[in-house]
Amino acid sequence: METLKKEKTASTKQATKRISGAEAIIHCLLAEGVDLIYGYPGGAIMPLYDELYKFQDKLTHILTRHEQGATHAAQGYSRVTGKVGVAVATSGPGATNLITGIADAQIDSTPMVCITGQVARHLLGSDAFQETDIIGISTPVTKWNCQVTKASEIPEVLAKAFYIAKSGRPGPVLVDITKNAQIDEFDFSYEHCKGVRSYNPYPKPDIKAIEEAAHLINTAKKPFIVFGQGVILGQAEEQLRTLVEKAGIPAAWTILGLSAMDTDHPLNVGMVGMHGNYGPNLLTNECDVLIAIGMRFDDRVTGSLDTYAKQAKIIHFDIDPAEINKNVKADVAVLGDSKVTLDLLLPLIKTNKHEAWHNEFKEKYKIEFDQIIKNDVYPTKDKLTMAEVIEEINIASGHKAIIVSDVGQHQMIACRYAKFKQTKSNVTSGGLGTMGFALPAAIGAKMGAMDREVVAIIGDGGYQMTIQELGTIFQNKTPVKIVVLNNDHLGMVRQWQELFFESRYASTVMVNPDFVKIAEGYHIESKRISERKDLKATIKEMLASKDAYFLEVKVEKEDNVFPMIPSGASVSDIRLK
Amino acid sequence: MEKKWFTISVYSENSVGLLNRISGIFLKRHINIESLNVSKSEIEHVSKFTIVVYTTEDWVRNIVGQVEKQIEVIKAFYHTDEETIYQESALFKVASTLLFDERNIQNIIKDSNSQIVTVSRDFFVLAKSGRRNEIDDMYQQLKPYGIMQFVRSGRIAVTKSEMKISSLLKEFNQ
Repeated sequence: METLKKEKTASTKQATKRISGAEAIIHCLLAEGVDLIYGYPGGAIMPLYDELYKFQDKLTHILTRHEQGATHAAQGYSRVTGKVGVAVATSGPGATNLITGIADAQIDSTPMVCITGQVARHLLGSDAFQETDIIGISTPVTKWNCQVTKASEIPEVLAKAFYIAKSGRPGPVLVDITKNAQIDEFDFSYEHCKGVRSYNPYPKPDIKAIEEAAHLINTAKKPFIVFGQGVILGQAEEQLRTLVEKAGIPAAWTILGLSAMDTDHPLNVGMVGMHGNYGPNLLTNECDVLIAIGMRFDDRVTGSLDTYAKQAKIIHFDIDPAEINKNVKADVAVLGDSKVTLDLLLPLIKTNKHEAWHNEFKEKYKIEFDQIIKNDVYPTKDKLTMAEVIEEINIASGHKAIIVSDVGQHQMIACRYAKFKQTKSNVTSGGLGTMGFALPAAIGAKMGAMDREVVAIIGDGGYQMTIQELGTIFQNKTPVKIVVLNNDHLGMVRQWQELFFESRYASTVMVNPDFVKIAEGYHIESKRISERKDLKATIKEMLASKDAYFLEVKVEKEDNVFPMIPSGASVSDIRLK
Repeated sequence: MEKKWFTISVYSENSVGLLNRISGIFLKRHINIESLNVSKSEIEHVSKFTIVVYTTEDWVRNIVGQVEKQIEVIKAFYHTDEETIYQESALFKVASTLLFDERNIQNIIKDSNSQIVTVSRDFFVLAKSGRRNEIDDMYQQLKPYGIMQFVRSGRIAVTKSEMKISSLLKEFNQ
């Protein structure tokens, strides 16, 4: 691979050392600054585990209860730290169990390196025990993948893997290492990868495009910003806030952009998309300039593309050229890292206020508050709502908790109502919508931010998809707070059945076990509540606990999440009921 | 949007698995690859894929964007038929007796500008390069006499205008 640009690391400048491939993997991970990995052992990866045993003082390995849990934990860790998450599995079923997490990381641009064991080189293609073509299987869902069959290839491939995973638009990389390559010895030395000639992760910002963008923003009467995770990945939170404040532009977020800007900021007007806020959705079709920053116009954000922001000039800031004009045609495309491009844009932006325009958002918020938010957060009916649970967590945590949500109604409620002061605080499965994400992701999030409160908000359906990770929490004494909002249904699917399938509740009723007893089985402090009078005190008790805590909240069974843009409808057709 | 024939040219590193990665991009979008050719390119150690699809320009632009995004792809382009010089090659294996018994076969060889690659006691092989329709015509003409074997290559194409790949590579290599 003469196409790599390399840089010697300080730690390995000394003479090369003859070691096994497995030990080399450890040294590569350490050289990349990795001190925590998630995984599950098995036959073809045993040489690596033997070395992990020897290096356990330098590199912590967390045994999850399923390989999928390892990927989601690595994702959770990455999402709160900004570092590359690492997951390890054996060949065959161990490797295939990683796929859901890899696909999730791919669509949500999460940097992750997965290392899989593989049968020995001479057995490849022989249908050996636990042999599977994980390179073939993982190709469509990885940013890059590579099979290593010789020990001497390990340093170069792993250096490239970490470089690719974290640079440009981040994503998952899988490195499949045959057993012989782990066992064989070679002369080890490590060089960081500084570039790959066929890969251009940071497109050079086009000053002309930035000037055009500034002109459009400066002359706009009703400018509107929609920001996504690109702001967080590019560490451009400060630049975003400055732009919003300087130009006086109302800004809304996608669910992966959530927490990039203080949720209480006066110009933060809320969430766009299917269950987003009324104002930002409706006014998408009223703005004259739409400034999209680090977001990809997902169909859950845009609804019908034929009627999406047709009246507006579109400015699209993104690092990935393939996102430009993919779904929405940009009038001005600004390629590059969001921090770099916004830094270039800011000096060209004139101070402005768009009070009348901003007031339109406030008016729409009032309508939404009266018709939806009030009943969600301050209900008068008997049964608890999901939103009031989130609100209690907001109050008790002072908007400082990391919220990890799963997928479904509770996720939409958590994203709609959770309050954040700090970036990288909302961890959720956005693009793939992976049920079962939250519990293992919360483990990774907590281990990545031990000084912060991590609260997992999970539905009764998704919880049971990765419930075995309670074992990981128990074994590692990971002090995560787990809140299951139990409506005894697959709530979001049930909602669609009610609205679009004439209430035919096909396979959405859940007969659930005693969740408290299950948590108790893992010696996790646990409680179940179903009445409002117990909510505040219990949330306080949960957050005061220094250990893991499981809380089941029995909520109204047939609540629906509104507002809602029905699938394929226009953002203008957002429904309040 | 109107569907058209597009030739996609992909310059890439020569690495295991890249073909799978590229073909997966078409698979994901349920778009059929009509023709595929992989060879070396004008640049040393750089491979070139020539892929033909019948689709809309929106889709081909989307696909080229996704292809170019792959780590080992250096650059990808798409062109219409009008913008390229393109050809395919075909081999026809025909029984040797025909060459001597059927006078018309010799006319077909002459008129089609094909070459006799080999002649043996039992069969002879004709090679023909050209547009798809020219090869199809020759196939139809030979068919009545019996074709023992037939094979046609993927499209190969060069563009009429310059492909700015060498300068790009120079920039990367700096």
